[in-house]
Amino acid sequence: MRVSGSGVPLLAVLALAAAPSAAQDSQFAKYQKMTAEGSPVELFELAGEDLWKKKQGPKKASLEKCDLGKGPGVLKGAYAALPRYFKDVDRVMDAETRMLHCMMTLQGRDRKEALKRPFGNADKPSEMEYLSAYVAGQSRGHKLNPGTSHAKEKESYALGKKLFYVRTGLWDFSCTSCHGVEGKRIRMSELPVLSNPKAARPLMATWPAYRVSNSTFKTMQWRINNCYRQMRTPEPNFGSEVVNAVNMFLTVTAKGETYRGPGTKR
Amino acid sequence: MMTKWMLGAGFAALVLSPLAVAEPTDREVQQAMKRDFHAKGQAGMDRLEQDAVQRVCTATNGKPPEALAKSLEADQFKTIPFPTGSLIGNWKNGAKIAWGGRGMQWHEDPKKPSDGGCYNCHEASPLRPSAGTIGPSLKGFGKVRGSSPEMQKYVYGKIYNAKAYNLCSDMPRFGHTGSLTDAQIRDLVAYLLDPTSPVNK
Repeated sequence: MRVSGSGVPLLAVLALAAAPSAAQDSQFAKYQKMTAEGSPVELFELAGEDLWKKKQGPKKASLEKCDLGKGPGVLKGAYAALPRYFKDVDRVMDAETRMLHCMMTLQGRDRKEALKRPFGNADKPSEMEYLSAYVAGQSRGHKLNPGTSHAKEKESYALGKKLFYVRTGLWDFSCTSCHGVEGKRIRMSELPVLSNPKAARPLMATWPAYRVSNSTFKTMQWRINNCYRQMRTPEPNFGSEVVNAVNMFLTVTAKGETYRGPGTKR
Repeated sequence: MMTKWMLGAGFAALVLSPLAVAEPTDREVQQAMKRDFHAKGQAGMDRLEQDAVQRVCTATNGKPPEALAKSLEADQFKTIPFPTGSLIGNWKNGAKIAWGGRGMQWHEDPKKPSDGGCYNCHEASPLRPSAGTIGPSLKGFGKVRGSSPEMQKYVYGKIYNAKAYNLCSDMPRFGHTGSLTDAQIRDLVAYLLDPTSPVNK
C-alpha cells in the first residue's frame, strides 16, 4: 500500500526520525496509528531515505556518496549483492557494516557514537534500522547475489558455515539446535532449516523486516545478535567478521532468490 | 616445453584457486568467536569456552563414536549431586518454571531465578497447547512411568545434566550450568511425576 495519497504520514515519520527524544510519546502514538492503517515497512523506507540524505557528523555530510559495492551513491540492487568483499577495507561487509563504515569515513563520526544504538525498539527505533529499510528497498526485484569469488568472500562463507554448527554458550546450543531439523517449532514458531536453500531463500529475500512482535523494524545484524542472546552466549560485536560470516552463509544459501523485502514478520 | 608446462600449471592454479580456501579448523572458529564477542551483563566470555561435550558434539556434528559418548556421559553423570530422600517438590512452582522462558541472557537480572523454558521444546500439560516440538512430548509422563525413587532420580538427573544420558542432546544442562537450583529441579520433577499435576491428568 502506497502512502503517496497523503503527505501527512511522510511528514510525521520524518518528524519522528528527526526528533528522537522530544515529544516522543505523541509522535509515537501518531506513528502507531499510521502503521495500523498502512504499510509500516514503507514508512521506515521513507524515514530512512531522509536519514540517508541528511547531513550529519563532524564532516556535515550525508551518506549519498556511500559505496555499497556498486559505486558511490548507487543503491539500485546494492543490497541484494551483499555481503561482499570491499577492497578499501580488505574485508567482507554486509549492508549495515558498510553503512557504519560510511558513517565513520564520509560523515567523520566516531565508531562508538555511530553505534550508540544499533538496535532500536518500538519507542525508539535505530538510525541503522531506518537506513537498512531504505537501502534494502532499492533492491526489490533484484536477485540475491552475494560475493562468492574473492578469497575473503569464500573464507567468510566457510567460517559462517562452520559457525552454524558450533555448540557453544551456557546452554550448549548451535544454530542447528533450532534450525537443524525439518518441521520443528519453538513454542508456536516454525523453525526454518536455514542450511537448506528451500528455507533460506524466502527468508533472506524478506529481511530486513518489520517485526510485529517487536513493533519495530529489524535488521539481519539484529536477527543474528538476538539468536546468540537466546543461545546464552556473550554478545557478538556489531559488524564483526563472525556476524558477517553467518549472514554470508545464509545469503549464499539463498542465492538467486529475487529480493522482495523489506518484509513483515510475526 | 617449459612454457607449455608453465602455462599448464598456471591454468591449473586458475581453475583450482576458487577451491583453495580451506575450511577453518574448529580451533580457528573458536579464535574468531573470542575475537568477535564481548562480555555483556551476566553473559561472560567464559561462556564461549567449549568443554569436552561441546567440542566432541561440534566436531562430530552430534554423532560421536559410541565408546567416546559412553565415556563422556559417565563423566557428566558424576557431576550430578543427587539429593537423598524424595525428589518431588511442588508441581505448582514447577508449572511456572516449565512455562517461563526467561533466564541467563545478557539483558536479564542475574539475581532473578531462571526459568526452565521447557515448553519451548516440549509439550506437557494439555492446558498449555502452545508448546514446541524440538523435544519429545511429556504428556502424561508420570502417569505412564509412575513416580518410583528410580524414576525421580532419572528425571532429576536428566534435568540437572541431560548430557549424562545422551551426550549430544539438544537439551541444556540446567543444574550443571547453575541455571536452575536444586529446589527448582525438584519442582519440575513434581510437575512431571506428581499424579495431581496437570501433566498427568
